Amino acid sequence: MSLDPRINRLDLKRVNDGEQTASHLVTWEVFHQEKRGKQPVHAGIVHASTPEQALMFAKEQFARRGKTANLWVVKTADVYTFNSEDEAIFETTPEKTFRDPAFYKVRERIEAFQAKNKL
Amino acid sequence: MNNEAIKDLLYRMADDALIIGHRNSEWTGIGPMLEEDLAFSSMSQDKIGHAQALYNILYTSFGEKNPDVLAFQREEKDFRSCQLVELPIGEYDFSLMRHFLFDHAEAIRYELLQASSFAPLAALAKKVRGEIRYHVMHADTFVKQLSAGTEEAKARMQSALNYAFPYALGIFEPSDYDAALIADGVFAGETKLQQLWLEKVTAIVTAAGLQMPAVDTTKAVYGGRKGYHSEHLKPLLAEMTEVTSIDPSAEW
Amino acid sequence: MYGNTSLTAEEAKVMNAAVEDPEKLAVFEARITRGEKIEPGDWMPEQYRKQLIRMIEQHAHSEIVGALPEGTWITRAPNFRRKLALIAKVQDEIGHGQLLYSAAETLGKTREQMLMDLLSGKSKYSNVFNYPAKTWADIAVIGFLVDGAAIVNQVINSKGSYGPYCRALERICYEESFHLKQGHDNFVYLATGTKVQREMLQEALNRWYRPLLHFFGPSDRDSQHSEKLMKWKVKLASNDDMRNQFLDQYVPKIYELGLTLPDPELRRGDDGIWVFGDPDWDEFKRVINGDGPCNAERLEVRRYAELAHRWVREALINPKERYVTPMA
Repeated sequence: MSLDPRINRLDLKRVNDGEQTASHLVTWEVFHQEKRGKQPVHAGIVHASTPEQALMFAKEQFARRGKTANLWVVKTADVYTFNSEDEAIFETTPEKTFRDPAFYKVRERIEAFQAKNKL
Repeated sequence: MNNEAIKDLLYRMADDALIIGHRNSEWTGIGPMLEEDLAFSSMSQDKIGHAQALYNILYTSFGEKNPDVLAFQREEKDFRSCQLVELPIGEYDFSLMRHFLFDHAEAIRYELLQASSFAPLAALAKKVRGEIRYHVMHADTFVKQLSAGTEEAKARMQSALNYAFPYALGIFEPSDYDAALIADGVFAGETKLQQLWLEKVTAIVTAAGLQMPAVDTTKAVYGGRKGYHSEHLKPLLAEMTEVTSIDPSAEW
Repeated sequence: MYGNTSLTAEEAKVMNAAVEDPEKLAVFEARITRGEKIEPGDWMPEQYRKQLIRMIEQHAHSEIVGALPEGTWITRAPNFRRKLALIAKVQDEIGHGQLLYSAAETLGKTREQMLMDLLSGKSKYSNVFNYPAKTWADIAVIGFLVDGAAIVNQVINSKGSYGPYCRALERICYEESFHLKQGHDNFVYLATGTKVQREMLQEALNRWYRPLLHFFGPSDRDSQHSEKLMKWKVKLASNDDMRNQFLDQYVPKIYELGLTLPDPELRRGDDGIWVFGDPDWDEFKRVINGDGPCNAERLEVRRYAELAHRWVREALINPKERYVTPMA
């Protein structure tokens, strides 16, 4: 007898001889969009057999709290990434300061010009 | 408006939602796969929430007892739920099929109620429409996919349908109040609901490759709406109120 | 919810003796020292991968088995508020299991293989879930104190080095704060309620005191260490430190309600270190090795959940689809 009445109602013996199998469903990468206008952000994965089912499952695993505008699912097999050894290709990008707005500072020059010309 | 008629409708809907929500919550932690465990549990929470909202209308609009008393302290004979919802969860095939049959009826019921002349119910119907839309989507996806899966799964779906169908017809047990509800523009009535439901589920069941049981030759399981229940409701209520009854005066 | 894992002497030996490619190892270790995370596609020492899989998998098992003691009262929660909270809480534990199995999957072991290892007994789960929830008050104690203990452990682990595990833990810790709050709420209602309620709660507290001390694993004096696991930020705090942090945070919250703990030796030393009576580590070992009050039932129920629904999974599988290891 279990202390759990639900368990006592299950026919536990029915499956005693069965075996667990290693068969599994494919996985889907889930992207969560919190609000309209915001970027969908990767939230995790679900196991499912079809896109419809992946969405059904994603809703309860990644949108059962808080706000959600939409969800995207993509089959894991369809997502491509760089190898981690390729990470070096991004290394020098932060050094390209000529792309940054903060790189352009003209205030001092203006002030010097004003002082000189008594503006 | 006929208050008794509206109260009867509210009790039927609230008790259905509470009992099926309670039953489906039993799957939490022991469901078929983790993702489905989560989905089934969320839907049971939604149903229990619907019950609470409906009891709350009875409380605020008609001066009935508060939702906790209505849910946890009434006698079995006072419950107006259909017998479909009180059946034990059985195996997952039955629980899924019950969810499919019940939720389609509920989806149409709430859709009709969005136009109800009884404002609190119309407001609730609008509020929960998204939740119910998900429930139906979930049920359809699963029924379709399992019926198209293995022979075993298809056979299980068919026998679950055959077993649940007479009970599902019990959802639409004719009510003495239907005429009043229709006349007052509160609700379109159970006969209309059954007709719309049958069209909808027949289309999905047939598309899934299953055989729809014949409605003419099926004896509907009635009684629940009048307080006559199967042997399963009484123990369900005893279990549900076990803690409260340790000390009914206490705040839990 | 989760406790802490410990290595056996044999495992620690293998672990410490393993030899890795020194160049790759240096890059890997430098990354961790810099405070960067390791991501699934990175080179990693075999022992790192193995210990992480083992740890995350045990954590995941603990979540789904941990749903069972609390599930015991799911059909008996006493009112709408508690009923909804308990269902949602137990559901979250399954959700946490899902997140953690996913994190472990990124290391190359499938969820089904992990579940098979759970059922065969090859893979363990936290001992605390081998104890029964005898009354409704046990639900309050589990929700407040077992979850409280789990949070201590999980917050620490979320500072670890493996990206997917940290991400899962961040989300889990956020949800656990709801668990803790609803557990404390239930706990306080019982503690401040009628005589019957208070007695129920005190009895439950007495039952859970020892399993709670066991929760963080054996004393540091008696457990196997691995410098490597610390260095690689797989293990981040010692069992005793976590246990002490838990006692420091929660014992006052028990005392403030006028409740007691069944240990005359329990006190906080001037150095901030808690002293407690012998919690019977032999019992801990017996339960870990399968001889606890609920071990057999827990596995039998999980076996049912897997095997009775094999037909569902088989019907859903599309044989043309290729499984690939998920990335995040």
